[in-house]
Amino acid sequence: MAELITAGTAASATTAANGARIPTVIVDDVHIVYRVHKGAAAGTNSPVAALRRLLLGAKPPTVREVHAVKGVSFTAYRGEAIGLLGSNGSGKSTLLRAIAGLLPATRGAIYTQGQPSLLGVNAALMNDLSGERNVVLGCLAMGMSPAQVRQLTPEIIKFSGINDRGDFSSLPMRTYSSGMAARLRFSIAAAKKHDVLLIDEALATGDARFRRRSEQRVRELRAEAGTVFLVSHAIASIRDTCERSIWLESGVIRADGPTDEVVPEYEKFMNRS
Amino acid sequence: MATSAVADPDSGLTGAQLAARYGLTSAGARPSLPSYVRQLWSYRHFISAYANAKLVASFSNARLGRLWQVLTPLTNAAVYYLIFGIILNTQDGVSNFIAYLCTGLFVFTFTQAVVSGGVQAISGNLGLIRALHFPRASLPIAVTLTQFQHLLASIVVLAGIVLLDGEPLTIEWLLVIPAIVLQAIFNAGLAMALARLGSKATDLKQVVPFVMRTWMYASGVLYSVDNFEKHLPDWAAQLVQLNPLLVYIELMRHALMESAPVTAPATESWLLGLGWALLVGVVGFVYFWRGEKEYGRG
Repeated sequence: MAELITAGTAASATTAANGARIPTVIVDDVHIVYRVHKGAAAGTNSPVAALRRLLLGAKPPTVREVHAVKGVSFTAYRGEAIGLLGSNGSGKSTLLRAIAGLLPATRGAIYTQGQPSLLGVNAALMNDLSGERNVVLGCLAMGMSPAQVRQLTPEIIKFSGINDRGDFSSLPMRTYSSGMAARLRFSIAAAKKHDVLLIDEALATGDARFRRRSEQRVRELRAEAGTVFLVSHAIASIRDTCERSIWLESGVIRADGPTDEVVPEYEKFMNRS
Repeated sequence: MATSAVADPDSGLTGAQLAARYGLTSAGARPSLPSYVRQLWSYRHFISAYANAKLVASFSNARLGRLWQVLTPLTNAAVYYLIFGIILNTQDGVSNFIAYLCTGLFVFTFTQAVVSGGVQAISGNLGLIRALHFPRASLPIAVTLTQFQHLLASIVVLAGIVLLDGEPLTIEWLLVIPAIVLQAIFNAGLAMALARLGSKATDLKQVVPFVMRTWMYASGVLYSVDNFEKHLPDWAAQLVQLNPLLVYIELMRHALMESAPVTAPATESWLLGLGWALLVGVVGFVYFWRGEKEYGRG
């Protein structure tokens, strides 16, 4: 039978001709180091201190290196939904950005099939522009054609529900409530089809009604995508959607396995400390 | 069924070997130069939409809105007219000094604005860069495009000033178009080079205003270019003639004014202008592309 699988159907199959699972994301001993510019700390940013640093050739104290991900390795396969667990600042979002190719890995390598898409709540938009213009700009930035954008814009605005209380889509985004802005951002990001989909806390936005709608949309996206990564602090949504979980703590993998085994461990850890 | 007996044929392979076997590509790898150009071309709608959005956003809090696009150069010209035309009554041997001054000023402002925007094109958009995937050169190019639209508005104002100052409207005015196109290419290259530099050296933003002011004095904006020959040693005057901004300002003066003091004949200026545009445009682009993978690391 293996020979009968053509290129077209092979793309949707989860296993290769020889029965092996097809990897879609390979993370190979990845380290990510951020350079963060701290705000001026008292006493360290005076002209005298700056001059002394210059003369002594010391590193400016306002730049600090943050080792966010320390040697993470795993392989994700087609058809998998993987939950990323970990406390705040454990490196989950950084890792997702690196997989999406948005943040370069300092050491190690990440290999992906096609171009992974990051679906986050912080897709930068312009607050001075109307919601509708932001939709157009966001869609173009995701690589859509102008014709596609024209066609999708009304759907996106309808999905976001920002026009439920009057015509808000023509008002600047700075006039939106935080929930409305988050809903619009999610709606824009979710409008595209993806090969490898990375979802970063995107489900936590909006009210209960919008959350139901967005969870439905994510299930649809999952059905279309080969592999889904989900970062969430809502354990329930990871249990619902992911069969495999990776638990990151301080940039190191603490556990990688079936969700049923990893989640209890993680919960025990969180309740202890 | 025989094949499934092999539990995992991929065990023992390194990540790179596994990736090669299934045709995976390195995340965020730098595309080749031709494919980068193609990517950039396919993002042209994003670039123009982004440039327009920036233009609209910059006026969105002002009551007069986009009227400021015309009012800003007009006010600038008025201030300089007040100081140089009325208070100091500078003529500097130039019969139509106001037209001369405004031409230089508006052309210089184009590059100045692109430079200060270009330095921050990457460092000021880290949110966008870390959230979405697009060829990063879109950003410095969009900066150039936004300022180009400002320039177009300034040129309308400039045409009025030049006419009021007694210059005739001639067919030569059409030469304004290739002149600003060459300058725009030069500026785009400059913006890309500075965007990469600015993404690493954040102090550059503080230095730029001083560099630009020095550059302004070397470009014969506020005084007649005759001063270079009068006051500088020969080699320095020769060097000043190569200054790309002086070249672009002179191209505009050649086009708009009948008799303005210039340092070089028109043909020489056109060749220099073309050379600078190609050199800086290509070098800036390649330099920016080589850093494509690094943008976003903060």
